[in-house]
Amino acid sequence: MRRGTAKRRKEEVEASLRKLGLEVYRKLDSGDFPEVRIPSRSVRNIVYDKRLRQYVLGKAFVRRYAGNIKHIRSLTQLVWLAFFVDKLLKDGKTSTLRDVYYSAQAYNMEFKDQAESNNIITDLEALLTKAREDFNIYPEERSSIFGDLTIEYTIPGYEGKRINLSSHPDGYMIGPSLSSAEFVETSAEMVLAVEKGGMFTRFVEERVHERFKALIVDLAGQAPRATRYLLRRLNRELGLPIYILTDGDPWGEHIAAVILFGSANAAHLRELTVPDGKWIGVWASDIVKYKLPSDPLSDVDVKRIHELLRDPRYKEGIWQRELKNFLKIRRKSELEAFSKYGLTHIVDRYLPEKLELVKGL
Amino acid sequence: MVKRVKFSEISPSEFFYRNRDLAGFTNPSRSLYSAVREFVENSLDACDEAGILPEIRVELSYLEEGRYDPQPYRLVVEDNGMGIDPRHLPDAFGRVFFGSKFVLKQARGMFGMGGTMAILYSQITTNRPAKVSSSVDGVKRYSFKLLIDIYENRPIIIERRVEPAERRGTRIEVSLYGDYTRAEPKITEYIRQTSLITPYATLHFKDPKGRELHFERVTVVMPKPPSPTKPHPHGIDVEALRRMIRLSKERTLLKFMSSNFHRVGEKTASAFLEFAGFDKERDPKTLDNEELVRFVEALRSYNGFLKPDSSCLSPVGEEILRAGIMKSLEPEFLEVVSRPPSAYSGYPFIIEAGLAYNCKGIEGLKLYRYANRVPLLYDEYSDVVSKVVNDELDLRRYGVKPNTSLAIITHICSTKVPYKTVGKEFVADRPEIERELKNALRELLRRLRRYLGRKRSYEMVRRRMNIYGKYLPLLARFSKELSGMKRMPRYRSLLKEGELVEERHG
Repeated sequence: MRRGTAKRRKEEVEASLRKLGLEVYRKLDSGDFPEVRIPSRSVRNIVYDKRLRQYVLGKAFVRRYAGNIKHIRSLTQLVWLAFFVDKLLKDGKTSTLRDVYYSAQAYNMEFKDQAESNNIITDLEALLTKAREDFNIYPEERSSIFGDLTIEYTIPGYEGKRINLSSHPDGYMIGPSLSSAEFVETSAEMVLAVEKGGMFTRFVEERVHERFKALIVDLAGQAPRATRYLLRRLNRELGLPIYILTDGDPWGEHIAAVILFGSANAAHLRELTVPDGKWIGVWASDIVKYKLPSDPLSDVDVKRIHELLRDPRYKEGIWQRELKNFLKIRRKSELEAFSKYGLTHIVDRYLPEKLELVKGL
Repeated sequence: MVKRVKFSEISPSEFFYRNRDLAGFTNPSRSLYSAVREFVENSLDACDEAGILPEIRVELSYLEEGRYDPQPYRLVVEDNGMGIDPRHLPDAFGRVFFGSKFVLKQARGMFGMGGTMAILYSQITTNRPAKVSSSVDGVKRYSFKLLIDIYENRPIIIERRVEPAERRGTRIEVSLYGDYTRAEPKITEYIRQTSLITPYATLHFKDPKGRELHFERVTVVMPKPPSPTKPHPHGIDVEALRRMIRLSKERTLLKFMSSNFHRVGEKTASAFLEFAGFDKERDPKTLDNEELVRFVEALRSYNGFLKPDSSCLSPVGEEILRAGIMKSLEPEFLEVVSRPPSAYSGYPFIIEAGLAYNCKGIEGLKLYRYANRVPLLYDEYSDVVSKVVNDELDLRRYGVKPNTSLAIITHICSTKVPYKTVGKEFVADRPEIERELKNALRELLRRLRRYLGRKRSYEMVRRRMNIYGKYLPLLARFSKELSGMKRMPRYRSLLKEGELVEERHG
């Protein structure tokens, strides 16, 4: 098992921050206005990379030049944020978007609103091609994980402490300490990520982790980046295949697609995707095949399908096929629809069949 | 069967009595305003013509206490002008179309008709005589109480007195029906605006409620008085030509042309007559109707006449205009311009204009329109100035933001201002006048744009200094901490660069 990924990553970030600080310092010290070039995140500069199978930023840059009166403020904010993040990492503290917004005031810096501060955080992400979770800045929304995986904490006060993620049936929150932990060992052979907390609880109750040798992840809707990053690590570091189970509608399909191929919003980041993951359902064709109770697609659903059909991530395979199937049957089903055939139907029949099916894909 | 129509002649007084609406005596409020205006203008003209620095008192009072508007008022207007010869005094006020202004030269009033109209109006509303008195020498003052005989167009003198005079000048007192409650804003605005264009005058106004407005003169410079001129050939109609021929003693068309028209000598006259196909030696009195029409058409279409000169005009001048606007509006920035003379249909005119930015008490755009030094207060939106300002000029192109405090002062002086109506409140949009107005205002707006540009760049430099003063030290501090360097970077030279920029602009 590979070790030290989290630690190495932290060192990388710290080095990039120091490099930024030095560049600005040297310019100022030699009497020049410093400048920073950040990959442009404008819509025109977001392109789909077929090889990486994700959205990435193109070649365009925006220049933040201190000699320009319109730039000096945001450049200073960026350097302040780098300084603040560096402190967070060194002190082993974490923060939230809201925290950052308020912390600025302690340094005689101000953001006019949360949006401005969030934007600078995204600038720093783009500049270093690292997610804000790498800066110890975490979002509020959190999802959870359950299963036989032993981790070792790296956060201050817990360094070296180990825990097994099957010890608590409600699962473990995927927060800063879990994200920065090193993986020690696991008996799991796959990861099952489900869209909803209800289904996650059912899977734990039905001992899916034992029956399928799986780690179970609750995505809690559109997966937070920390969760996407964790899924990638589980895939890369532990070699576990990732299976994603969502509601049977275009929104569910998109939740799976973002985990696999990334989002346009995070085109400035790499290493958040799991291109080898599999979406195991619920597909439109499953609604027919398993005779699931269903609702008609709303206008918004249909509009969304047409949008996704134009998206490069949906150009081929089941992605394309299932979108068209949704359009054909004009129905959608939630995960809970399986309960019509008994609470354990989804685990007893659907899951084994689908896992078998996608292995061949 | 042909109907027989009976024609009867009416006197000018009766004509104006029947058509008093045209002259601005429509309702009690407007009439009160018009009466004040007519008398004040007569007084100012009387001073200007004699080169006397005007001092004018206007007093309005209730004729009876405790009544409600509309009600009778007493209006007194007194000036220190050259006075009116006692032999002409009753006629000057008691007869329509009697006056010294029936020649071509710029003056506030055209025919001296307004004063008589006001007296006529006071007579028909209160049936009280007007009291006029005047002293030409400052020694003796002649006073008349008079009514107007409307049918005969002549004054009826009720009382005539001679008293010792305290000073030279004319005083008029009338009793008339009015509505001061409604007229108050217009009357005070009229006096205020009059003081703007005549800053060499001292004006006093006392209203019926006992409130007083005083405008002291701020300059003793008076505009150069105009000299009367002969009519320009382009501005002649058949009726005017007929009258000129009747009054002329000349026996040949050549002599008639060269002695009766503005800037027409024998050379121009003979060239024109050849062009028009008339015999130079012909007696003008022998022209028949058809020939008169043909003659006028030729006058208008002939291009060889010299442009009218402006000696008959009396622009206020940039210095006086500037003083007046400065005093009245106290602007942050003021530019004035006096355009070179131009002409429309044979009438010379001059456009003067002022542009005052950031004025005391003005929010948004305000127009001050003047014609022959008379403020025009009614029907702003029908006026050529409104048309030019609102339709032809894009103020934003000159860096003027909406709701900027901005006053545009325009003065058109001409021997004949092309009013659209008899009420003399708004000027028609003649293309020549429109063009000159546009040129004047564009010139001023360009100067304003330069000023605003300088002001903005100065403010930008200051803002820049503030911003760099704040952020550069922070940038230095954070980069020092982040890079782990021991001392602060030497960034001070970058702040100095900002100062250099400021000096260049300041």
